Amino acid sequence: MSGAGQQGQVPAKQVEAAGQEHASAHGGHDTQTAPYERVFKRERLARLDQLFTKYPTKQACLLPALWMVQEARGWISEPAIGEVAEVLDLTPAYVKGVVTFYTMYHTHPVGRHFIQVCTTSPCNICGAEDVVKALLVATGCGELGATSPDGRFTVIEVECLGACGFVTPVLIDDDFIESVTPENVPGILQRYQ
Amino acid sequence: MGYPHPSHPKENPVLSKHFGDPEARSFDGWVKRGGYEGLRKVLRMSPEAVIEEIKTSGLRGRGGAGFPTGLKWSLMPKPDGRPHYLVCNADESEPGTFKDREIMRWTPHQLLEGCAIAAYAIQAERCYIYIRGEFTDPFQIMQQAVEEATAKGALGDNLLGSGKRIEVILHRGAGAYICGEETAMLNSIEGKRGNPRIKPPYPAQAGLFGMPTTINNVETLAAVPHIVIRGGEWYKGLSLSNPKSTGTKLISVCGHIQRPGNYEVTMGTPMKELIYDMCGGMRPGRTLKAVIPGGSSVPIMSAAEADECLLDYEGVVAKGSMLGSAGMIVMDDSTDMVYQIWRLARFYAHESCAQCTQCREGTAWSTRILERILAGKGKQEHFQLLLDLSDNMTGKTICVLSDSCAAPIVSGIQKFRHEFEAYIQGARVPAMAAV
Repeated sequence: MSGAGQQGQVPAKQVEAAGQEHASAHGGHDTQTAPYERVFKRERLARLDQLFTKYPTKQACLLPALWMVQEARGWISEPAIGEVAEVLDLTPAYVKGVVTFYTMYHTHPVGRHFIQVCTTSPCNICGAEDVVKALLVATGCGELGATSPDGRFTVIEVECLGACGFVTPVLIDDDFIESVTPENVPGILQRYQ
Repeated sequence: MGYPHPSHPKENPVLSKHFGDPEARSFDGWVKRGGYEGLRKVLRMSPEAVIEEIKTSGLRGRGGAGFPTGLKWSLMPKPDGRPHYLVCNADESEPGTFKDREIMRWTPHQLLEGCAIAAYAIQAERCYIYIRGEFTDPFQIMQQAVEEATAKGALGDNLLGSGKRIEVILHRGAGAYICGEETAMLNSIEGKRGNPRIKPPYPAQAGLFGMPTTINNVETLAAVPHIVIRGGEWYKGLSLSNPKSTGTKLISVCGHIQRPGNYEVTMGTPMKELIYDMCGGMRPGRTLKAVIPGGSSVPIMSAAEADECLLDYEGVVAKGSMLGSAGMIVMDDSTDMVYQIWRLARFYAHESCAQCTQCREGTAWSTRILERILAGKGKQEHFQLLLDLSDNMTGKTICVLSDSCAAPIVSGIQKFRHEFEAYIQGARVPAMAAV
């Protein structure tokens, strides 16, 4: 989150791997190779209009709209922040402030499959750190927050996933997987190409 | 039915009766099990009468604070044309707690019925259920249940033919523990950073979008249909110790325990019975060292305190801790307490919204000092430094996140000081490299 945390930081390797699109995420719009394609058009625009009926303000649609961007693009780029601000009548600075508060929104590109491992105390005392090590080796990511050289995986540590009776829970994309051990890591990863 | 273990005879499954039964998930399956009868009954009562029934039951908030639910509902102003809102807190993120996830996964209609009854009682037409972003399965299951209940007329514009309107909207969180704090949750729904708000005004006066709002935990709302059907007096009778703690409580047990899982017990059940009889006790050859009984935000209990503890709000307080959300983290003699207290401090440092100085600085510096001790660089004066920091982090901030960080540190130093000493005196191999 936004606090003094050590998680969610982008290692140097990640920044390099992200290439030009990542550069654009930090304001260098001129370095972008392809023109920005809008997220909110046709079906997604209709979904957004539907959302407006669920809340008394457009601003309240911000979290759901950011989820829609991430579903469509895999991460939330600077131009996407601008587009969300425009469709919700907010400023880009305001939207960025919200995006960076919530850990699940990616502000840089990640691997095709995004892996979140719980290592908070209940999982920690039951061996979650070994699951992390096994995942870093099996995915080829090497370090937390980095994307594997084949672009397939990114692994991060997260705080309590709320399934402490099923150690160690791991969230791969939208799949919530319970009771992961170092031994069953390779088998699980095979399902994600 | 228990889940993921079979129900133990010492349990009292009311809310968890259908956990593990996939048929209970569907609208028809739920109706077959007596579902929506509570809502039907309520629609023939006045909202005031519903609130009285909940007051009689003695039901208290299951999210952690234990505030009387009927009283909370009665604090909502009389309708004056402004919309009222109900918010269901399904942002379950308190380390050790995983009960609301099971309620949503197995019995989504139990929660929806509770939401509809509560909304009727506080005269709200809209209920937002805030589900943490990581709960992908519960979100989908709840989404399907809302669609089904609306299609069948149990939610929507004409509630079971009564002409009443209650719309349920699911709002997905995006990874922020602090959004479980009720006013941070309101900000998050409004599309803001999840910073807790200064109270007063309380949500009943000016809550979501500035309107009168009631926020209830998933488990609290799931208990409501049962109280309505079987009566407040029945619920009040479910109490083995202190009459101020009534009903059943889902206890999430995790950590070093043979059978982790959710156990639903009558208030006042001895913790010893839960740990040794229902959960099967410690792993072979291990003994109990400590219990954090109410989710990670409460003081750590020693094994001796746990052995004598009764599981209700007052019983846990009598043993120096709090029932909280009843996420029970069990630690055996293999546990390095200093390392685990550091891990908890790191959690709070990561989750601080950074609004209040005491929390932003206190959680981060506590973590760093604990890191120094674990790296073999600790000093005697670190004890006082940690305690001073904790004192400054307790009761001085907008919300209780920094208090929650201080609780395990202070109780850890009190009860496991020798483990800190071992690191400081070099009698123990450093657990991490110097930072």
